[in-house]
Amino acid sequence: MNAQRPTDAVSLRSVEFKWNARDAFGLSVGEFAVSRGERLLLLGASGSGKSTLLSLLTGIALAQAGSLEILGQRLDALGSSGRDRFRAEHFGIIFQMFNLLPYGDVIDNVLLPLSFAPARRTRATAAGGAEGEARRLLSALGLPADIGRRTAATLSVGQQQRVATARALIGSPEIIVADEPTSALDDDRQQNFLDLLFGQVDATNATLIMVSHDRRLARHFTRVIELTDILAPSQREGAAT
Amino acid sequence: MIVARLALQSLLNRWITVLLTVLAISVSVVLLLGVEKVRSGAKDSFAGTVSGADVVIGARSGAMQLLLYSVFRIGNATNNVTWRSYQDIVSRAEVAWAIPLSLGDSHRGFRVIGTTLDYFEHLQYRGGQTLKFAAGTPFDDLFDVVLGSDVASRLGYSIGDKITVTHSAGSFGPRHDDLPFRVSGILARTGTPVDKSLHVSLKAIEAIHVDWRSGSRIPGQVTPADRLRQMSLPPKAITAAIIGLKARLQVIGFQRAVNEYRAEPLSAVLPGVALQEMWGLVATAETALLGVSAMVVVTSMLGLSAMILSTLNERRREIAILRSLGARPRTVAGLLVGEATVLTVAGIAIGMATLYAVLVVARPIVDKEFGIDIGIQPPSATDALLLLAISIGGMAAGFLPAYRAYRMSLADGMMVRT
Repeated sequence: MNAQRPTDAVSLRSVEFKWNARDAFGLSVGEFAVSRGERLLLLGASGSGKSTLLSLLTGIALAQAGSLEILGQRLDALGSSGRDRFRAEHFGIIFQMFNLLPYGDVIDNVLLPLSFAPARRTRATAAGGAEGEARRLLSALGLPADIGRRTAATLSVGQQQRVATARALIGSPEIIVADEPTSALDDDRQQNFLDLLFGQVDATNATLIMVSHDRRLARHFTRVIELTDILAPSQREGAAT
Repeated sequence: MIVARLALQSLLNRWITVLLTVLAISVSVVLLLGVEKVRSGAKDSFAGTVSGADVVIGARSGAMQLLLYSVFRIGNATNNVTWRSYQDIVSRAEVAWAIPLSLGDSHRGFRVIGTTLDYFEHLQYRGGQTLKFAAGTPFDDLFDVVLGSDVASRLGYSIGDKITVTHSAGSFGPRHDDLPFRVSGILARTGTPVDKSLHVSLKAIEAIHVDWRSGSRIPGQVTPADRLRQMSLPPKAITAAIIGLKARLQVIGFQRAVNEYRAEPLSAVLPGVALQEMWGLVATAETALLGVSAMVVVTSMLGLSAMILSTLNERRREIAILRSLGARPRTVAGLLVGEATVLTVAGIAIGMATLYAVLVVARPIVDKEFGIDIGIQPPSATDALLLLAISIGGMAAGFLPAYRAYRMSLADGMMVRT
C-alpha cells in the first residue's frame, strides 16, 4: 500500500470522501496516480464528482479514509493550514471562468498567489522580479504589454482566462490544475489558449491535470482518463459534484 | 500587501454601501461625543459663572433656587433681604467683599440689576477673571447704566445712548419711561449671565420706584430726575448678595451664622455645593441621553455587520478564489474583521472631523443663545475610551460575517458556486 513511486506527482489509494456525514453521495477512488511531468485529461460529465476530486487533490477537502499523496507528501499528515500552505506552494489552479478578482488590476491578480507562497515568491523574484515575471508570463500568453494596470473587470473572457493562467503559472508550481478552462472560449480561441498553456507548462516542466467534459481535447494530452474508470464501482452512480 | 490592496479595492468597488455604513458610524460618533461635549461644556460654563464666590445669601429658600435667580438670573426671588440685615451680615469679620444684588426690573427682556461698584471689582468668572470694560466706565451718575456685552450688541447700544427700564421682568410691563438712563459703560464678554444684564446703582433702583407703590404708579406723582439726584434714597432691601470670605475655611461657620440669623429668615448657599445638587437632579436625563447615543452606536454597528453579511453571497467567488490560491479560512475571516475595523475607524475619523467642524460653527451660536461655552479641546481620556470601545465594537461587528465566511469557505472548497 505504501509503495508509491517517488516519480508520482499525485497518488490516491482507496480514498473515501463525503462532504458531510449525512450526505448520501460521496466519492470513492480505488487507485489513481499521475506521474510528474504528465499531461493528464480527466473526462467526466458535470455531476460526476470532478470538482470534489479536485478539492481532495488540492487539499481543500480531506478524505475520511485512504491514502492521498501529492509530490510525496501525505495530505492527511498536514493540518488544515498546512494543506492551505501546501496548495499555495505547489498548485496553480485555473477555473472555468470568472477567475479573477474583478476590481483588482491584472498585475495584482497575477501576483496574488505569491502572498500565500513564499517559495514561489522567491522563485519568481529570482526569475527577474515578481512583477517582471508577471509581465513576462502575460506577454508569453499573448496579452498586450499595456494590459498590466487595467482592471480585471474590463477584460474579455479570453483575456481573463489568460491572466488566470499567468496567475497559476507564476513562481512555477509543480502541478497545474485546470477545471474546464476552455469551456467559455470558442474553438479558435480554445486551440490558441491550449497551445499557450502547454508551452508554459513545458517550460517549467510542470504536471498538468485538466478536467473537462470535452473529448475533442484528448489529442493534446499524454494520457486521458474517464472519471468513471477511477471511481470505485459502488460509487459510480450519483456521485456528488 | 497585495492582499490588503485588493481588499481595499474590493471596498472601493462597493463604495456606495460602504460610504453609507461609514456615515452611519460617523453620525453615531458625533452624537455620542457631542452629547458628552455639550454636557461638560454646560457644567464648565455653570461652574465658571460662580467661580470666586464663596457664599450667596438671600431670603430663605432652596439652595438651587437662590443660586439660579441670583447668579444665573433664571427665575425670580420669593422674598427680599432687608438692607439692615445685609449690612449686619457683611460687617462680620470673615467677609472680604460683598456684592448686593437687587433684581426685579428689566429692559427689553434683559434683566436690570441694582448693585454697587463692588460688582465690577469683585465679581469673578472662569478661573478668577474679573470684569473688564470694553468701553466707558462704571456708573457714576444716578441714571448711569452699565451694559453686558450681549445687551449692547443685540440691541445695538453704545456709550451715551438713553434707555428706559421696565418694571418687572417682562418686556411689556409698565415702563419707567419718564426716567431715562444713559449708557456709561459696556462690559467685555464673559460668557456668563453678566453679558445679558444691565447694571445700575442700588440708589437708581430706589429712585425709579419713588413714585410707585405695590407695582403700579402713584397717579399724578412725578418726581423730576434732578430732585431724585438730591434725595438720599437709602436702599430698603436687596434680593441677594454674593460674598467673598477672607478664608475658605470660614465658609461653613459663616453659612451657619447666616442660616441661623435671628432678625430675618435667610439662606446662605455654597455655589459649588448647590451646583452639585443640581447636577444630581439632571443626572437621570444625562444618563438617558447617553443611553440613547449608545443605542445609536449599537445600531450603526449592527448596520455594519448586516452590510458585510449581505455582501457575502456576492463575494463567494472572491472567497473561493482566495482559498484556491492558498488563503486560509482564517485569512478570509481576518479580511472581513479587518474590513469591519477599517470601516469603523474611518467612521470615527469622519465623525471626529464632523464633530469639531460642528463645534467650531455652533460654538458662537450656542454661546449666544444659551450662554454655554462649549470649549473646543482635544479629545479627553473619556472620549478616547469611548472611541476605543466603538472600534472594538466595530471589530466585533465583523465577527459574525467572518464566521459565516469561514464556514462557507470550508464548505465551498475551491468550487466557485454562484
